[in-house]
Amino acid sequence: MSSARDEVLGRIRRALADRPVAPEVPRAYRRSGDLDPAARLDLLVDRLVDYKAAVRRCSPTQLVDTLFNSLSARGTARIVVPPGLAWDLPGAVVDDGLTAADVDEVDGVVTACAVAVAETGTIVLDSSPDQGRRMITLVPDYHLCVVRADQVVQTVPEAVARLDPDRPLTWISGPSATSDIELNRVEGVHGPRTLEVVLVS
Amino acid sequence: MTQTFLGLPRAVDTEHLRGQPFPVAARAAVADSQLRRNLGNATATIRAKRARVVGEVPDWEALRSAGAAIKDSVLANLDELLVQLESEVTRRGGTVHWARDAAEANAIVTSLVRATGAHEVVKVKSMATQEIGLNEALAAAGIAAWETDLAELIVQLGHDKPSHILVPAIHRNRAEIREIFLREMAAVGLPAPADLSDSPAALADAARRHLRRKFLDARVAISGANFAVASTGTLSVVESEGNGRMCITLPRTLISVMGIEKLVPTWADLEVFLQLLPRSSTGERMNPYTSMWSGAVEGQEFHLVLLDNGRTAVLSDPSGRAALRCIRCSACLNVCPVYERTGGHAYGSVYPGPIGAVLSPQLTGVAENPTLPFASSLCGACYDACPVAIDIPTMLVHLRSQAPHPAAERAVMRSVAYAMGSPRRWTAVLSASRAGRLLGGRRGRIRALPPPLSGWTASRDLPVPPAEGFRDWWTRTHGGPTTPSLPSPGPTGSDVAGPGASGQRRGGSGGARTGVDPAEAAGGSGPGGAGPAAAGAEGGGE
Repeated sequence: MSSARDEVLGRIRRALADRPVAPEVPRAYRRSGDLDPAARLDLLVDRLVDYKAAVRRCSPTQLVDTLFNSLSARGTARIVVPPGLAWDLPGAVVDDGLTAADVDEVDGVVTACAVAVAETGTIVLDSSPDQGRRMITLVPDYHLCVVRADQVVQTVPEAVARLDPDRPLTWISGPSATSDIELNRVEGVHGPRTLEVVLVS
Repeated sequence: MTQTFLGLPRAVDTEHLRGQPFPVAARAAVADSQLRRNLGNATATIRAKRARVVGEVPDWEALRSAGAAIKDSVLANLDELLVQLESEVTRRGGTVHWARDAAEANAIVTSLVRATGAHEVVKVKSMATQEIGLNEALAAAGIAAWETDLAELIVQLGHDKPSHILVPAIHRNRAEIREIFLREMAAVGLPAPADLSDSPAALADAARRHLRRKFLDARVAISGANFAVASTGTLSVVESEGNGRMCITLPRTLISVMGIEKLVPTWADLEVFLQLLPRSSTGERMNPYTSMWSGAVEGQEFHLVLLDNGRTAVLSDPSGRAALRCIRCSACLNVCPVYERTGGHAYGSVYPGPIGAVLSPQLTGVAENPTLPFASSLCGACYDACPVAIDIPTMLVHLRSQAPHPAAERAVMRSVAYAMGSPRRWTAVLSASRAGRLLGGRRGRIRALPPPLSGWTASRDLPVPPAEGFRDWWTRTHGGPTTPSLPSPGPTGSDVAGPGASGQRRGGSGGARTGVDPAEAAGGSGPGGAGPAAAGAEGGGE
């Protein structure tokens, strides 16, 4: 008896006995944006807010103060942070191999990001040291994410081009949500119910 | 057009791919006014959302063309791309398994779960695992599978069946969901709070609490895959709630079951589908969460099960294989006037709606699923909405030609063809048909015809033939037939006279098709009559 692998591949070759030709893929769609940097950031903010993320904007020198303000407004006592996060924050517990149950006990998480997509209001995490394991941005109910202006692209193709598929990636567009009840969007199911973005420019 | 299918096996275990004949199931569904209200509200909501976010993309048609071409290139090179995917996943620490059919896939997954010693698994919503009945197979092996998508949870707790590709509980409204949670949650985990309201936010919160412990304790998760990138071995799961991330991230062992067609060749190809899928599916610019991973990551054990289960048989039909482009967005369901009225259960398959009407019969063989190709009014809304431009109406007609037609229908069609073969015979038929006026009721409608024509009047009235037909009127007002001078007989090549002349005068082209009520009447009925579908469709498109 041949293996399932050989048999499935054999079936495919027989199914393609008419030798269909792979078409040339027409790439006439937009592969980059045309907005100037300021408009690109404004678009990102607009799209984040539209999908119920909270947004604060600040300059690099104001960043740490802004993070403090966000955490204190939220009232977090303990937050988890990835090992490579550049800022010292109050109540920070560094993820050095915490269990999911440990992370379930904290009040929030603070990370950086890899890329942000203005047109879709999306933030992408790539598990770099300042973003950490995927679990720490999932289990807590509050995610505070720092986005630098140079990480913001306008379109999805520009984001895909910047990312490395060999890193585990998480694309995040607003807080956890569902449309499963009468197809109306409700924010807040299993992931963080509050997403706050600090845009640094 | 006849097809030889090269003996490629169809799906054998068809329990989840076919049900009652569509007209029978649809009749019951359209009689359920609560169901029709739920569906009408939900599909109207999602249609409006989709239209808005598709409208804001200036290059939507270019994305559709690219999406269709990428998927066609996958199908043309499917063997090489699967081997490449296998090698890239393996190189990154994953293990790839191949399954010829549902039973083999279920056996692979069951043995993988057993090897971990776990007695329960958490699941991300996945069409492939529904198609193969994985939950039932695991249950038979003493393994509990918890569905974690909110809609799947509603279906599982309600001992119900999914009725939509994206929103399996679309047929339930909030009051019904509240009832199910209050009644069922306690038996399988954390109960719903006694004072649970029916607001969607409260219901979502109840699901969050109910599932959290299961996520934190789970040792094995089972997912499907939206896309797999052959060149990088990357899998991708697109979701909203975070239940997918929980399953993909937390358990030590991750098993993904994927149909062999869900590939894209290169990493860059994702840039097309990450735009097409969310906007077509939930009507969002982007879904809340998309996870991507290549091989085994973050200390996990990763298994990928590649599933045929009839897909190679679909691939073998050049006129049907484009159904394998499908990315399971469900846009075609939401725009379909038939789906909107019958809901998904009437299709009897985990793949309902227009795509289900072409995919399910191809997976099982049309003989096993003969009524689904007729579950459509051929209005074409599905083709317009499809992000990978699957020409579903043409495919439906192609599959109808493979379905067995009842002897009575064939006899009627032969008679009509004979009658229309000469103007003299046709005139005689038209004169004779005037006797049909005697069947008319008070409002000039024929409500029941004797067999074999009863299939037509079972679900709709027929207008009585007019006292004077067009050809009589033409003869009376224009002084005689005009047959000899016709410049072009029209597309059917028939020499039906009068209407052709009329078309010529008005500069129109559809002449030869006018005035053929009896033929249209006979041609519309499929096996068992597509009655309720066509009846439902009449009010569609507003």
